[in-house]
Amino acid sequence: MNRLRTLFLAPAALLMLTTLIVPLGIVAAYSFLSRGAYGGVETPWTQENYTRLFDPLYGAIFLRSAWISFLATAGCLVLGFPLALFIARSGPRKNLYLALVILPFWTSFLIRLYAWMFLLRDTGLINTALAALGLIHAPLPMLYNQGSVILGLIYGYLPFAVLPLYATLERQDPALVDAAADLGATPLRALLRVTIPLSMPGIWAASILVFVPCVGTYIVSDLLGGSKTVLIGNLVQNQFTSSRDWPFGAAASMILIAAAITMLALMRRSREELL
Amino acid sequence: MDAVLELADLSKDFSSHKAVDRVSFAIPRGSFFSLLGPSGCGKTTTLRLVAGFETPTAGAILLNGQRIDHLPPYRRNVNTVFQSYALFPHLTVQGNVEFGLRNTLNHGAANGGTAKNGAGSASDHVRRVLEQLELAGKESRKPSQLSGGERQRVALARALVLSPEVLLLDEPLSALDPQLRQQVRAELRDLQRKTGVTFLFVTHDQEEALSLSDTLAVMRAGRIEQMGPPAELYGKPRTKFVASFLGAMNWIGDVGVRPEAMHIARIPTSDAPSDVPSIRGVVENTAFLGPVAHVSTRLEDGAKVTVQVPSSDGPYCTGESVFLSWSAADELRGLL
Repeated sequence: MNRLRTLFLAPAALLMLTTLIVPLGIVAAYSFLSRGAYGGVETPWTQENYTRLFDPLYGAIFLRSAWISFLATAGCLVLGFPLALFIARSGPRKNLYLALVILPFWTSFLIRLYAWMFLLRDTGLINTALAALGLIHAPLPMLYNQGSVILGLIYGYLPFAVLPLYATLERQDPALVDAAADLGATPLRALLRVTIPLSMPGIWAASILVFVPCVGTYIVSDLLGGSKTVLIGNLVQNQFTSSRDWPFGAAASMILIAAAITMLALMRRSREELL
Repeated sequence: MDAVLELADLSKDFSSHKAVDRVSFAIPRGSFFSLLGPSGCGKTTTLRLVAGFETPTAGAILLNGQRIDHLPPYRRNVNTVFQSYALFPHLTVQGNVEFGLRNTLNHGAANGGTAKNGAGSASDHVRRVLEQLELAGKESRKPSQLSGGERQRVALARALVLSPEVLLLDEPLSALDPQLRQQVRAELRDLQRKTGVTFLFVTHDQEEALSLSDTLAVMRAGRIEQMGPPAELYGKPRTKFVASFLGAMNWIGDVGVRPEAMHIARIPTSDAPSDVPSIRGVVENTAFLGPVAHVSTRLEDGAKVTVQVPSSDGPYCTGESVFLSWSAADELRGLL
């Protein structure tokens, strides 16, 4: 039995070791080295990469990342909860609706972001249409700002919020809502006092699944944020490409990973206290 | 009669069938009224119509003479004990019991009974109900920390604390294990007497219905087959369905005889006062039920007849030839 378990787990364990643990170790080691003249790393060992991260310039990037991710998470919850509730209460149709939620994954995220650019830019569909209707005279600045990044994040990660919310709502005994109404609760009060409190595990799961990838995103801010909205992900990317400062990029990555793990632990603890 | 709840020609059609078909009855205030029938007979749908979870296709529901069938559940002064109890798992016993009071304090007009209590005495009221249902000391427990019987009492407390005009009970004993069920049944009857609240009780268990009800309505295929006091329905069933559903019934041709009215003997000259000639049967098996035993026999024409005997009688062995007889007074004839 034990040998069989080892045998079946070995491929996955090997994959995790070679593609996650070892590379992570390399990144950790790089973060304590000095930058090479043409990229790459050199000795001597140093902590300077981490000290540099405390510069207010980078602090602002970290804060902006956290704030934008928080807004995107809140947006996903506000939009995702009613949708998940609707799907969970749609009876036999719910599998169809779930399939529709997952449908966008059939197209590359990159292509879908380009589609948003075509919609939002000054000569895009929305501005052209509004101008043609005579509603605006100058194009609305809808692209390359913080708003368009948040929009892109909400759009991209909404399914990650809907699925855990759906799972938790679908498990709830429908008799509980009947019972609330029976005890005099209007539909709104039943929602606030029964359905939402009982959905807290799903709300936490949705928050983690949206917030963590949002903090690390670089593609959404790169395409929809222009040069003005630099997030941690873009900072890391820049260090490894144009800036050729691998050790500093590695240090920023390590901080990002540490922040994500801390957040997961905190959420886990508050969730345990809640239940 | 002072009817607290009245159903007038109430019907509910679902896409595939008529769940409730022109059902009419009136429940006297303070009485214990049961709807009895097999699963799918429409008894639970009837209850859900009264609670407001379903909208009737036709007919009217009157509470104290006022039509309530157009009102949403949260505006009707009736409360339900659900089959699964549907206790709120995130709230304590106290939280569950107070749930309804918090709603009614905001719009007390909906529940006249509780509005009278006002905010000041609400906590006293909760405490009294918890004590009445022997839940004192368990206020801070979550439903998952309670036994089945305790959960059932929380469900009752949660509903009764609102002083409903009618308490609707949807098979409230079916989730309990059999030993507990007997005990809780008696407690339920006592509770109804003590509180004086009108109970509308839905069950598929004929024993429960017979032992608890003041009035009993047997439902079949969405219609009420017969309604009356339990003894009347048991003794004078109008239809074969009612006769067979309430207790066991033997059919000899079109004549029905209850197992306890049957006499059994090993020789034809029976000692039983029998004005009907005895008929021959062969014993198939004997089921020992404690104080009594049920002897299953097969007649020469293939019909199966069960006889209830004191368990001190017998034993009757499989394959043994016996003679069966009964009194003409115990015959049920002319059933539809």
